[in-house]
Amino acid sequence: MDDPAQISEYGKILLLAIVGIVIVSATIFLARVLAPKNPNPLKLSTYECGEEARGTSWVQFNPRFYVIALVFLLFDVELIFIFPWATVFGQADLIAADPRWGWLTLIEMGIFLGILLIGLVYVWVSGDISWIKPTHRKPVVQVGIPADAYQQLNNRVYAVKDYRDRSEKEETLAQPVSPIKIGFKPKFKKPNSEA
Amino acid sequence: MSLDQQLQQNNGVIIAKMDDLLNWARLSSMWPISFGIACCAIEMMGAMAATYDLDRLGVFPRPSPRQADVMIVAGTVTFKMADRIKKLYEQMPDPKYVISMGSCSNCGGPYWQHGYHVVKGVDKIIPVDVYVQGCPPRPEALIGAFLELQKKIEQQSLLKGDIFPELVKQ
Repeated sequence: MDDPAQISEYGKILLLAIVGIVIVSATIFLARVLAPKNPNPLKLSTYECGEEARGTSWVQFNPRFYVIALVFLLFDVELIFIFPWATVFGQADLIAADPRWGWLTLIEMGIFLGILLIGLVYVWVSGDISWIKPTHRKPVVQVGIPADAYQQLNNRVYAVKDYRDRSEKEETLAQPVSPIKIGFKPKFKKPNSEA
Repeated sequence: MSLDQQLQQNNGVIIAKMDDLLNWARLSSMWPISFGIACCAIEMMGAMAATYDLDRLGVFPRPSPRQADVMIVAGTVTFKMADRIKKLYEQMPDPKYVISMGSCSNCGGPYWQHGYHVVKGVDKIIPVDVYVQGCPPRPEALIGAFLELQKKIEQQSLLKGDIFPELVKQ
């Protein structure tokens, strides 16, 4: 390993990355040179399955779809596992070799399906499958604090200092690195702005 | 000697014209944009699935027109659909070919007389390279269409302007 001519394991990965980048960029460059280019407005328009793209893509989406999609995915994957299992289960040679084979695979699949079935029952009982939920259950927490205690806290008048008329003395005391900002503003990093 | 023969006989060394090389590259990977309009699409799916395996000809459906070379119009082209087909065809990058599959897209098919809603042939809106007869055509017929298209691409030439038309015009 001390021989500098040897490539370390990380070096091999680096080499692989370099070769990969070179090959991909070479083919893209070649395609750029060879490909004919006849742009027109219709061709440059957004691909939306042939439809006219309109409106904003920031639309709200019902979160109930998410649960349904998750449950669907579960059984989708289950089906994908059942197909290869069925081909192995159905092989006459294996069963002829040892008759216990069929029972073993069947019980294995039964366990697998049973676990998923428990999941389905859980989802069903939790009411996640029903699209329309007739009863709204509000989460209730048992705490010893009476409700009027919060009411009193909310009704109390607090002395609020105006943040705009800070004295100079305060500013020197404030941390120079990160000045405290009032309120929360969502910030998106722009490439040219300072961190 | 064809490219395939050279590949087998000259230890993998190929000497070819640019025409042949470009055509070979094009006809070996004709990627259709995956969409089907009517019952012909079922036959198209059958042709692409395991039994007929169009993949062995390099035909591999793509979900976006930006990656596609071939458009298989598999089904009845209604007037409502015609705008979309035209748009999808325009959005495909340039060497692009069209296979009209089945009677409906060839000429209107069973709707040719009384179908008030059917375009009487998809070649009225986009240029068609190969027509496949049948209602619907069998998967073999679609494979035949791809073979015909391969023959057509094989005949293309740089000087005739089939590959870079804008250069030849100048």
